[in-house]
Amino acid sequence: MAATDKIGAVMVVGGGIAGMQSALDLADSGYKVYLVEKQPSIGGTMAQLDKTFPTNDCAMCIMAPKLVATGRHHNIDLITNAEIAIVDGEAGNFTVTVKQKSLRVDPKKCTGCGSCAQKCPIEALNEYDENTKIRKAIYVRYPQAVPLVYSIDQERCIGCGICAEECKAKAVEYDQKDKVLEVKVGSIILVPGFDEFNARLKTEYGYGVFQNVATSIEFERIMSATGPYMGTILRPSDGDIPEKIAFIQCVGSRDEHCGNEYCSSVCCMYAMKEAVIAKEHTSQVKPSIFFMDMRAFGKEFDEYYIRAEKDYGIRFVRSRVASISEDPKTKNLTLKYVADGEPKEEVFNMVVLSVGLRPPADAEHLSRVMKFRLNDDGFAQTEVFSPVDTSRSGIYVAGAFSAPKDIPMTVAEASGAAAKASTVVSSARGTLVTKKEYPAEKNVEGQEPRIGVFVCHCGVNIGSVVKVNEVMNYAKTLPNVVYSEENLYTCSQDAQERIKQKIEEHKLNRVVVASCTPRTHEPLFQNTIREAGLNPYLFEMANIRDQCSWIHMHEPKAATKKSKDLVRMAVAKSRLLEPLQNLTLKVNPAALVVGGGVAGMTAAIELAKQGFKVHLVEREKQLGGNALKLHYLPSGDDPTAFVKQLEKEIAADKNITVHLGAKIKSIDGYVGNFKTALEGGKEIEHGIVILTIGGQEYKPQGEYLYGKNKDVLTLLEFKDKLHKGEAKGNEYAFIQCVGSREEGHPNCSRVCCTGTMTAAIEIKKKDPNAKVYVLYRDIRTYGFREKYYKEAARLGVTFIRFEDDEKPKVEEKGGKLEVKVKDEDTGKEMHLKPDYLVLAAGTRAQPDAGELAPMCKVPQTKEGFFLEAHMKLRPVDFATEGIFLAGLAHGPKFVDESISQALGAVARAGTILSKTELEAEGIVARIDETLCDGCGICVPTCEYKALDVMADKKDPKKKIVEVNVGLCKGCGACVGSCPAGALTQMGYRDSQIYAMIDAMFEYEKPKQEVKQNEH
Amino acid sequence: MAENVQHAIAQKKDEPAGANEWEPKIIGFLCNWCSYAGADLCGVSRYQYPTNVRAVRVMCSTRISPHIVLELFTAGADGILVGGCHLNDCHYITGNFYTEKRLRLMKKLLEDAGIEPQRLRLEWVSASEGEKFSKIVTEFTEQVKKLGPSKVKKDAALKTRASAADGASQTFRLRALVGKELGLEKTGNVYGQKLDQTELEKLIDAATKDEFERSLILELSKQKARSVKELGQIMDVPTDKVLRHIVVLRQKNMIAMEHPDGLTPTYKAIEIGGEQ
Repeated sequence: MAATDKIGAVMVVGGGIAGMQSALDLADSGYKVYLVEKQPSIGGTMAQLDKTFPTNDCAMCIMAPKLVATGRHHNIDLITNAEIAIVDGEAGNFTVTVKQKSLRVDPKKCTGCGSCAQKCPIEALNEYDENTKIRKAIYVRYPQAVPLVYSIDQERCIGCGICAEECKAKAVEYDQKDKVLEVKVGSIILVPGFDEFNARLKTEYGYGVFQNVATSIEFERIMSATGPYMGTILRPSDGDIPEKIAFIQCVGSRDEHCGNEYCSSVCCMYAMKEAVIAKEHTSQVKPSIFFMDMRAFGKEFDEYYIRAEKDYGIRFVRSRVASISEDPKTKNLTLKYVADGEPKEEVFNMVVLSVGLRPPADAEHLSRVMKFRLNDDGFAQTEVFSPVDTSRSGIYVAGAFSAPKDIPMTVAEASGAAAKASTVVSSARGTLVTKKEYPAEKNVEGQEPRIGVFVCHCGVNIGSVVKVNEVMNYAKTLPNVVYSEENLYTCSQDAQERIKQKIEEHKLNRVVVASCTPRTHEPLFQNTIREAGLNPYLFEMANIRDQCSWIHMHEPKAATKKSKDLVRMAVAKSRLLEPLQNLTLKVNPAALVVGGGVAGMTAAIELAKQGFKVHLVEREKQLGGNALKLHYLPSGDDPTAFVKQLEKEIAADKNITVHLGAKIKSIDGYVGNFKTALEGGKEIEHGIVILTIGGQEYKPQGEYLYGKNKDVLTLLEFKDKLHKGEAKGNEYAFIQCVGSREEGHPNCSRVCCTGTMTAAIEIKKKDPNAKVYVLYRDIRTYGFREKYYKEAARLGVTFIRFEDDEKPKVEEKGGKLEVKVKDEDTGKEMHLKPDYLVLAAGTRAQPDAGELAPMCKVPQTKEGFFLEAHMKLRPVDFATEGIFLAGLAHGPKFVDESISQALGAVARAGTILSKTELEAEGIVARIDETLCDGCGICVPTCEYKALDVMADKKDPKKKIVEVNVGLCKGCGACVGSCPAGALTQMGYRDSQIYAMIDAMFEYEKPKQEVKQNEH
Repeated sequence: MAENVQHAIAQKKDEPAGANEWEPKIIGFLCNWCSYAGADLCGVSRYQYPTNVRAVRVMCSTRISPHIVLELFTAGADGILVGGCHLNDCHYITGNFYTEKRLRLMKKLLEDAGIEPQRLRLEWVSASEGEKFSKIVTEFTEQVKKLGPSKVKKDAALKTRASAADGASQTFRLRALVGKELGLEKTGNVYGQKLDQTELEKLIDAATKDEFERSLILELSKQKARSVKELGQIMDVPTDKVLRHIVVLRQKNMIAMEHPDGLTPTYKAIEIGGEQ
């Protein structure tokens, strides 16, 4: 019998970026996933964003591949337009009742062509565009929506029946009923995201009354090229370009009047980004940002802040705006605020309110039916040492539902929650997933090409412009085309059966589909021909919709001619297509974790619990790393006890081998098959690497008398003293940003402000009469940490803000410390005589990161931290496959964040370790060894480190480049760079590309053949 | 067609109409089975009525599309009379019910355009109501006389608005809504519900106003690129609403932004392009 009564399936509630990440990680690790989304399509808030900070990447461009992958994954079931009704059972075995509202469209039949919406006479405001645009009563949320299925807005629809008349696929089902589904899963991940703060509650800002006051999310749509104004910044009242735009920060955050005392963590950065992008889109715009503290605490965020101010000329005003009034005639807005101690009035053309993040509207419902706790602010309650666990076992949380947070942290947590959800059911891994079985592949080698061409009408999308019948007949005249037909929808289910049947009937060995874009539809057709026994690479597409009929709507003749050209080109290439094999690589299901701090220990334990062997390598003689130096956490949790607990778990787990006092000599190999040598001769074989080497506190030698006066200490040193009861004094001063946000180290160290609050509160608790001063530039106690700032202030800690260029001066007079600082808020010069001067020294990268980086072929930032594959969406991956990172090695962060990332790295590693073999790309670079002279020009062009210059095995004196096809992603960068023409890209050979080019210029040539055929 | 109509109206104008006295040009669309027969009976019975109406025989009053009526007014007609069978007496069973719905749309559009809706009149005249026909024509002629000559021909702004109304009447959205209106009320929708007439009329009126305003924006920006503020002033529509219409028109690729040097973008209608 089965070794487990656990269910090898996981439910993910919420289809935003977090939900997609969790779902993909789990589905790629051998679990069935049910992704439940309340909207008719997935994508969440990120899909609404124009760009993302700090890279200014286009949000849709970077998330679209994840959308498509989630939508197409055969082990992910999307349950959209649905909500959770009942949850029964316990960790390992839950029964979830899901209520799914009728879409009134059959998702299996709907091809997403959009004819229905075009003709629907009922208009409604489009929620996706924050009501700045119009949609119809039958609609998709946004053009790239997944699943691309239209649905009927039941509140708006008048039931006229036009959509059903328009739908050629007969997908509209007015009588479709709501459904109740019962789903069995082993664990659950909650990622419902957040709601924006309702700006109407801040009546003094006039949102909803003044036309030119918008929320930040509305402004995202206003900026977007797919938004109402197609990328030009216009104001809603009269369509003028708003020259002066004011961004007001902390709307619904850090504000007890509206009940939200916490900081929303992301608004400073998104406001800066919106200001920068607005300026990029429309140069006339002059943005000002009104803020209290600029909280640019993330990786490389301060550099963004500097660029925003210096390069883009964004004006920053440190002030809380009191009120806004509107000129009824011009609709301009007058802001009242206090700056430099004086009340001011200033007129702006438009105002953007940086609204905070609130728990999602269904938070309470979820908490009730799933029986887990919410915190005082209504978010899911989590603990510092278990940041992705809800209060109920088997139910996990990630993203903004547990606290306001940005996308990278959300994605890391989503992977982290996937790891925990996976651990619960790891004994049932692989039990519910299906692997597609295909018939044996037909050998087409040496056969004359026999090409079948299928031309799609796409309902009326192609057919109303392009003469599809003419194109179809034309295709028949092309050499090697033995069959051609036209379809109403080539992508419909029944058409797939027809294609398979025609492959048999006409012994086709190549298939060309002329329809929409290969970016969404190629995998579908490749799957179809594979089901008919053809190698999937014997397929080619001609894009006659997105790049023809849709853009030449009023030139049917020219569009028909262009379609013929595109088909001729596709046929020309298809003649030269060859079957490609997806190479497989064996995977050694063992992990190497480098660094035994909290991140490394967490990763090791979680991997071991899932049944993988782990080697945990620590340079020091004991595990625990920086956590042992903290002593206090603001939450009151004990980091030292936590480390002890982890040590115990590690000692008890037979899957973990700990190597203490060990240094790594070399790491060789690639994903699935690494070999690592330790100094002293030990060798470890493993399939993946997780780098958790930590960081260290900066020692500010010479700054503020550090190293000269024994009472000047770093924050960690002081905490140690405080903990031991050795810090005795009446007056304490803290200086923030020592070695952070400075020349050479421009970024914020993220943890020092909160760390200072912790120490200050501790002092005040021990001695309420002690004087405590905190000298700061911006207080960055983001998220719920804001409450420690409040607490410190309540306990009487004095905060003194100094300007960047007016740092405090420290002197020693008669053995006594004297600190002079100008308080920027009052303009007064302050003289402090502290017994202890505590320097909140920044976090630095571990110096040996520089030794590991080349061994692992991974990059570092300027400051020496490891640089992940993508700042936004791949926070714990490296571009080099099979290598992951977490914790301080990635950049400064709190313990809970390190744990989330470590768990995230486990989930990412699990997608590899859970497989016995990995399937590599079929489209890879190949090298002709006779032509390669080993010049190595190609090597640096490869992002994935798949190329190496080696000695030729046949002629050791000769150098040669070797392609590691296991690592190759098939981009062709090396092929384009090779001066000797020795590199070839499979599937995109020179001959194949030239065949298309030749065919392009071959106008009208086959006309004669048409006549011949007619005889 | 516009040219022909203008020509016809011009010719009528040339006919002697008494010493300098203006006489309205009225077109009567009469259904074959009732109104036209009623008019014939009127003749047989020798009931006299003014000479202003020229009758056009159609098989059913429902043949008259909003486009025909609006184009006639655009060309300068002073009055239009549509005559059909009494409700429930239609030779084609339901034709006149549709006529009724369509006339409502036409009157709304005339109102939006700034043409007195009283210039358009719908009457049910049976084959036996000869006297009624003469009374109606007499009365309607008087009414149109009181309104005075149509200003459309002389007033370029009014003509633009009339063209816009005509454009709106031809949109798929309005034709679909008005075409389905009767069925939605009487037979019920695809969910088997009969829609409330007042609610439905409210919805169609709002759609009509929107489509008229969008059509007017296109008319106004055909020759010359115009800003939102300029359009708002000419149309007497709040600028935020004009902008929202422009967003829709841009979405449909019917209007294009011309990038400004200053802070005020302008928009020009796209000659080809756009969905129906």
